[in-house]
Amino acid sequence: MPTLDYRLGIDVGGTNTDAVILDRADQVLAKSKVPTTPDVTGGIVAALDAVISGSGVDAARITHAMLGTTHATNAVLERRRLQRVAVIRIGAPATLGVRPMFEWPADLVAVVSAGAVVVPGGIEFDGRDLSPFDESAVAAFLSSVAGRCDGVAITSVFAPVSPRHELLAAEIVKRELGEVHVSLSHEIGSVGLLERENATILNASLVGVAGDVARALGQALAAHSLSPVTFFAQNDGTLMALDHALRYPVLTIGSGPANSIRGAAFLTGRTDALVADVGGTSTDVGVLVNGFPRESSQGVEIGGIRTNFRMPDLVTIALGGGTVLAGDQDGRNIRLGPESVGYRLLDEALVFGGPTPTLTDAAVATGRARLGDASAAEAWRGLLEAASRASDAQLADAIDRVKTAKGDLTLIAVGGGSILIPDELPGVSEVIRPDHFDAANAIGAAIASVSGQVDRIFHFGPGGRKAALEEASAEARDHAVAAGADPESVQIVELEEIPLAYLTSPAVRIRAKAAGALGGLYGPADAAADAEAHLPAGGPLHAGSSIPANNFTHGSIRGGT
Amino acid sequence: MKRLLDEFALRALARGCAILGTGGGGDPRIGLLLALQALEEAGPTELVDLDDLPDDALIMPCGMVGAPTVHIEKIENGGEGEVLRQYLERLTGRAVAALMPAEIGGSNGLLPLCWAGRMGLPVVDADGMGRAFPLIPQVTMHLAGIDPNPGVMTDERGNVLVFHAVSGHWMERLERSAAVEFGGAGAATEYTMTVEQARGATVRGTFTLAIKIGEALTGAVGDSMAALVAATGGFPLMSGKVTDVERRTTKGFVRGSVVVEGLGDDVGRLLRVEIQNENLVALEQGKVLASVPDLITILDSETADAIPTERVRYGQRVTLIAMPCAPIWRSEFGLQMAGPRAFGYDFDYVPVEELAGAYA
Repeated sequence: MPTLDYRLGIDVGGTNTDAVILDRADQVLAKSKVPTTPDVTGGIVAALDAVISGSGVDAARITHAMLGTTHATNAVLERRRLQRVAVIRIGAPATLGVRPMFEWPADLVAVVSAGAVVVPGGIEFDGRDLSPFDESAVAAFLSSVAGRCDGVAITSVFAPVSPRHELLAAEIVKRELGEVHVSLSHEIGSVGLLERENATILNASLVGVAGDVARALGQALAAHSLSPVTFFAQNDGTLMALDHALRYPVLTIGSGPANSIRGAAFLTGRTDALVADVGGTSTDVGVLVNGFPRESSQGVEIGGIRTNFRMPDLVTIALGGGTVLAGDQDGRNIRLGPESVGYRLLDEALVFGGPTPTLTDAAVATGRARLGDASAAEAWRGLLEAASRASDAQLADAIDRVKTAKGDLTLIAVGGGSILIPDELPGVSEVIRPDHFDAANAIGAAIASVSGQVDRIFHFGPGGRKAALEEASAEARDHAVAAGADPESVQIVELEEIPLAYLTSPAVRIRAKAAGALGGLYGPADAAADAEAHLPAGGPLHAGSSIPANNFTHGSIRGGT
Repeated sequence: MKRLLDEFALRALARGCAILGTGGGGDPRIGLLLALQALEEAGPTELVDLDDLPDDALIMPCGMVGAPTVHIEKIENGGEGEVLRQYLERLTGRAVAALMPAEIGGSNGLLPLCWAGRMGLPVVDADGMGRAFPLIPQVTMHLAGIDPNPGVMTDERGNVLVFHAVSGHWMERLERSAAVEFGGAGAATEYTMTVEQARGATVRGTFTLAIKIGEALTGAVGDSMAALVAATGGFPLMSGKVTDVERRTTKGFVRGSVVVEGLGDDVGRLLRVEIQNENLVALEQGKVLASVPDLITILDSETADAIPTERVRYGQRVTLIAMPCAPIWRSEFGLQMAGPRAFGYDFDYVPVEELAGAYA
């Protein structure tokens, strides 16, 4: 791994794509903001060009690049560039009552599915075989889809207890179909068959998209003669090494909000606060607890598909700088959005000489921002003031909904549209508007440290519960180190125990997450060497490659300072 | 009264089963998906009243016994009910006329629909609890003196065990152990009875109630909580945020508590819900606001959807509602089986409507 010098952070939002360059002391050297393009890649290239060319920063010193992108989300929502997946579930005769993709929208099934089968096999919660694994059924199915599929998604009942049938099936795929992509559920999701299977199928269908974006980014960097170590942000706010992201693209879905919250923490030095990230189209209000985004208890839905990934617990409202205001000029019959002029704000908004009243105009009319020509908005004053009041009320409600305790809290306002946020809001003790507020998301992507996690079922051995918790913690630490964390700095940041009810034999599901600084980034030189020594053979930050394959796990990089 | 259960009714039923599950009974979503696929493949299941069937017709109460976590991973085959029926018919020498869920709460309220639909049999508009409870003999059939035998249990592979237990409690012990051997869960039937017996030994109309609850929530404009209260005759206890969740496992049961801090009109109040798989007791400053066998459900304040005990998490905004249980649970035997003392609490049961009056 190259010794850390400058870091490049890029974050793709619905409206804008942001890029920042940070130095070793985490100072922002340069930033850029360009419109997000329909193909996403164009915006990334433009943001990169702008942050390098426009700043005079010595770009040759960029050693690490971190990208948070919406490519995967967009591909699912738009059903574009998705690969065809052969779906294998191992668990018959169990699970036949709900077939694979039963709940999926028909148009998505038509695009993604090359066929599905449920074959005999699978694991019991205690590790025994549910039924004998039927190799020939897998082979027969594969020969029926040969030439019609780009990848294979394999999900076994209780793979989080043992992945052995998934691994056997993967061998058969290799034999029958050669080198097609294979997604294995135990590497992707946790307990909950249907959600894990959904995520595994989506993952296999997104591999092409991930390859495209990696290539495009690589080419854009190469155009500036750069070849930094590259990471992708993932849904829980952590980053993955590039090769990991190519294998697990579904994990990049929903990385944006976590980046903003982490960026807000970094920019203010606060560890506990509310964060409002106001973009062009929408506002996410989240909570910073102990320096990390508070996670939602519900799994993420992607394009109507349920998964069991956890994302930051957010309240999202359709308010942004580009939100279009409808109603009479004097403020009656007002309606806010949900339409937004998006990146066309500079052409559309009243204060920029355009024809469309927006929330940015309202911020100017109420004196919260000085932008463009304020007099152009004067004729609409009634509407704009009413819109401002309505927007404040929605924001106050969102803040109240996301809060976990009574009492006033600090609100950190970030994002390009955060000029909309008033200085005083109910339930808020103070509003902090940090420097570089408009690039908090890209900064959040850039300030990464490393994490690893475990989520599987443990059976109590001689050491009982304590030993199981220790085993889970140790595994999470190992995964973090394998993903590139400095072993000295790795700490357990999350440890959750979910007992299995109604069983007489003691078993428990344990989720453990460990996080630490990227090896060698922050520590002294010898710590860096130490971190190198812990990395798996075959290259730097080869996350996942050295991870024992007997449970759900992935190495990753998590923001942390 | 006969009714064919279409997709709309099934979705409403699932929401209602979650609310009547009082935090337990397993995630109704899996039960819903099983029922929806059965609907697609075998057509709608018929819901009938006990009065629509001949007095001597045989009712098969049934459901899953085992761990909810196993249920979300090792999903049912869909044919378990057919195997139970075949064995029960062989053992009794009589044809089963209809299925009935042993418990309406949670996933177990929906599973018999999937099984019945695939066999072309109706389900009766009744159940053995009117809610969810952890133990097999915690059913109204037990209170009415119905013989739990023969018990039949099967798994997705078609393994079958027939039980002849000396009591409902032994049936519980034996089936619970068998469930572990089956891989953490199994399908089971006990307390087979005739329609004539069932009239006095079940909680009637619970499907209709669950569907009504679900429809009230789906159709509610604005105040879904008010719609829920109207549909159930329940009492809202408090609205607030979850500020503490504690869980531990003892002897196979998850025990713990949830602390909710009041918000809005309830600012300054602190309420604790004691959990043992289901929500058992709601307490405020040492005073009981509601307790088993009455129903206590923790709802998402925004959607009015029930939150199962395993999904209650710090920070959630919730509303607690208590609903009166079926009258049979308030008998001496009913309280002995499922009152506060049956769950290890040292206080006497007071009906929720009296408690609500006392503290209003």
